Amino acid sequence: MADFFAGLLKVASDWAIPILAAGIVLIALLRKVKIYEVFIEGAKEGFNVGVRIIPYLVAILCAIALFRASGALDLLGSMIRPLTDLIGMPSEALPMALIRPLSGSGALGVMSEIMKTHGPDSFLGRVVSTMMGSSETTFYVLAVYFGSVGVSKIRHALWAGLIADMAGLLSAVWICRWVFGG
Amino acid sequence: MNYVWSFLVIFGVFFAAINGKMADCTKAVIDAAKGSVELAIGLIGIMAFWLGIMRLAEEAGLVRFLSRILQPVLRPLFPDIPKDDPALGAIVANLAANVLGLGNSATALGLKAMTELDRLNPAKKTASNAMCTFLALNTSTITLIPATIIAVRASAGSANPAEVIGTIFVATCVATIVAIVAVKTLEKLPAFKVTPSQEVQNG
Repeated sequence: MADFFAGLLKVASDWAIPILAAGIVLIALLRKVKIYEVFIEGAKEGFNVGVRIIPYLVAILCAIALFRASGALDLLGSMIRPLTDLIGMPSEALPMALIRPLSGSGALGVMSEIMKTHGPDSFLGRVVSTMMGSSETTFYVLAVYFGSVGVSKIRHALWAGLIADMAGLLSAVWICRWVFGG
Repeated sequence: MNYVWSFLVIFGVFFAAINGKMADCTKAVIDAAKGSVELAIGLIGIMAFWLGIMRLAEEAGLVRFLSRILQPVLRPLFPDIPKDDPALGAIVANLAANVLGLGNSATALGLKAMTELDRLNPAKKTASNAMCTFLALNTSTITLIPATIIAVRASAGSANPAEVIGTIFVATCVATIVAIVAVKTLEKLPAFKVTPSQEVQNG
């Protein structure tokens, strides 16, 4: 059943882009839109957006890289460990929780490492997989999205994103405990 | 963001000094700077493609149509967006792409939505409530197909790589609900108010 569902989703994911593109072109054609000219006109903006986000990306990714390389995360981890032990987060999964909002590739690395040492079908392997999927690289997303429109005063966006990440990461632990035991 | 950024840099250097990792830090920063540009340049192609397709969808009236049918759901979340505005359609396109796990295509559609929201923003350079709500939804959206995770699990020799789809789904549902509550509560706090001077200065 789960496999069937997963297969179905895989098909949806594979088909989505080509079908969507063809569908939009077809409807635009029926509506007598000048397809080629309009497409080019829209696509022109792509370059500007890409270039516009560069300073924002450099700012945030450099700061995060510096912070990670300094080993400050380990210290932060040992500081909040008593708290996370209290709510039942396995201490091996803590580095994952800390790195997830900061770096997508970093989190992927931590996840692969844990699977290598503990096995993907261990409780820990399942927990970190769920953590990976239930949260987002919030710092990166905010830098790209706000950067693309030149917004530098981001108000409550970062805090809302981090609270959501925390909810995702913690509920990942609890749900895995409930579903897989452990 | 000023404080968060300063915190990352100052504490980073401070701990690098204590841990004797200055050389690592120097290398990390240089690599990150280079990587950022590669990332941004890498987005250009897919951005151009989706912006082209989205312009077609706009001219064909599809974006407006999508906005209109999803109005009842999105209206309470985005009260500042005018009725039938194409911004809603762009937001929906991005969230749908996120749910399907379409990666960079989702990003391209999301940046399109940000452009639409920026058009409606009275205080340029300052995030609007609608932008913050959109990003809270975006960073917490329900994921149906965690393709990368399944691939990593499979290559690590899992007997059932897809078994985490269910747990991820439930956990992201929790994250989405918390995100909506958090963003709607925080936007009312005095600390995050848009000051009139920001509006006058830019609007």
